[in-house]
Amino acid sequence: MARYVIIGNSVGAVGAVEAIREVDRQGSLVIISDEPHHVYSRPRISEYLAGKSSMVDMLYRPQDFYQAHSIQTYLGRKAVGIDMDRREVKLEGEEALPWEYLLLATGGVPFVPKMEGLDKTGIFTFTTLGDAQGIGSALAQTGKAVVIGGGLIGMSVTEALVKKGVEVTVIELKDWVLNTILDQEAALVTRDALAEAGVRVLTGHTVQRIQGRPDDESRVGGVVLASGDELPCDMVVVAIGVVPRTELASGTPIKVNRGIVVDRRMTTSVPDVYACGDVAEAFDFIYGTNRVIPIWPNAYLGGRVAGYNMAGMETEYPGGVAMNSLKYFGLPIVSAGLYDPPDSSYQVMKVLDRQERLYKKLVLKDGIVVGMVFLGAIDKAGIVLGLMRDKTDVRSFQAALLAPDFGWAYLPAALRQEKLSGNGQSGGRGPSVLSGGPRGEASPGGQS
Amino acid sequence: MVKMIRRREEVCIGCRLCEVHCLVEHSRSKDLVQAYKGENPRVLPRVRVEEQGALSFAVQCLHCQEPLCAYACLTGAIRRTEDGTVLLDEQKCMGCWTCVLACPYGAITMDLQRKVAVKCDLCPGRDTPACVENCPNRALLLSEEEPSVG
Repeated sequence: MARYVIIGNSVGAVGAVEAIREVDRQGSLVIISDEPHHVYSRPRISEYLAGKSSMVDMLYRPQDFYQAHSIQTYLGRKAVGIDMDRREVKLEGEEALPWEYLLLATGGVPFVPKMEGLDKTGIFTFTTLGDAQGIGSALAQTGKAVVIGGGLIGMSVTEALVKKGVEVTVIELKDWVLNTILDQEAALVTRDALAEAGVRVLTGHTVQRIQGRPDDESRVGGVVLASGDELPCDMVVVAIGVVPRTELASGTPIKVNRGIVVDRRMTTSVPDVYACGDVAEAFDFIYGTNRVIPIWPNAYLGGRVAGYNMAGMETEYPGGVAMNSLKYFGLPIVSAGLYDPPDSSYQVMKVLDRQERLYKKLVLKDGIVVGMVFLGAIDKAGIVLGLMRDKTDVRSFQAALLAPDFGWAYLPAALRQEKLSGNGQSGGRGPSVLSGGPRGEASPGGQS
Repeated sequence: MVKMIRRREEVCIGCRLCEVHCLVEHSRSKDLVQAYKGENPRVLPRVRVEEQGALSFAVQCLHCQEPLCAYACLTGAIRRTEDGTVLLDEQKCMGCWTCVLACPYGAITMDLQRKVAVKCDLCPGRDTPACVENCPNRALLLSEEEPSVG
């Protein structure tokens, strides 16, 4: 019997493995994934499609990762069920793998709404290396593409397609692109950058059906919008969003809300079963409640916490936050937390210079920063996010947060010295983001 | 032993020699004049001096025990080594700046020309990092600590 079984082979799994192996070098460890690849950088598939990253560049961990961490892999093998009574994961075929501790790091699946014409050739999603490879091999027959959805995935596939010389039209239901991470003003600046790159963006539109080609009904020939307008194209990429891939939990006692619900130890409602990453609904330190936040950094951190707890070292998840850094078409943008306040109890501070493509916006509640969007000058954004994380009362220096040269020098001396000394809770080495648990027997930082 | 750079802002005069020597140390030639005048693109210092009136001090990576930059890195370019140094592999970096957002110290520098993030590496191959060694005022000090037991 394997001591640890992890379903999923992306960043959450890596976070867990690296934590487990700091605590337990011997316990047998199994990774199962329906993807056949060595763990790769999922956010990098855009660069891969654009021809700017090789397969070697794509590797998220070195070639010897599985060997070095004594992991038995079942890659290209699909887990099809969990038998809770027997404590086994069932694989496609006959095989079943028993576990003592199970981690569900299954990620998300693209959401594809039902519409006429989805059976045609030339329709893709864009979340895996396989997707990027599929789109890559169709490029020779693609002059025009329609990307449905102007979110992160839609923008990243758009950028890659444009670099490959494809004419792209983005269809976005809402009033501006990237609306899940940017407010309207930031999006307007983004729009300028998109327009310069030759991308056509149709906001407030939806695709009603996908049409075939006049000469070949089985291949994509265009889309018809709800407005009745027709757009000819050779490729459609559906990039509306991802939903937690929770199917393995269905029919089990594992509690699923939008995602698999986990506590601050990343444990599901079933003891010894953990979840992390895009599939999990974990604590968000800005909202103060559990939320699905499908982003890479949270997946690593959640996986790490799950790994420690699976290996017997009590560790608490400090909470995640929606945080994104983008550089679409050369424009750096960062966004974190509540970038658009839900009501008037929040204070908003901002500066905008559309010509210079500079925008800074902060959202505060009772003197604490709870959200930010920085565009253009983002180099000190990390300090602000750190203040958000620490729930630091910024009222005595809040105007400085928008200063072009904002930095530590603007903070009150005592606060600055305390934070920069690294002498806080962490024993002299920077921030302690993982609280709880005895630290004596194993160090949580990758040391041995 | 784990190396750590400590700053003493009460004696920093803002001369920025730490920035100069950091840049030279990370240049190809390691020659002061060549690094500034001959190398294109010129490398960037991984330490930054901040100033407000009489106040000045240098900021560089604290080599965190729980490095949020490494956890946030989308490509696997940042890792914490066995000796506790947090290193960034520029070959593996795609310049997405997620680490810049994740670092609570603002200690990662964006090299916009080369489109990669750069950060303090504690000067591998030197006993004392260049910024510390060349600070005329002992406003930067090197301390060495026992690594956490593990």
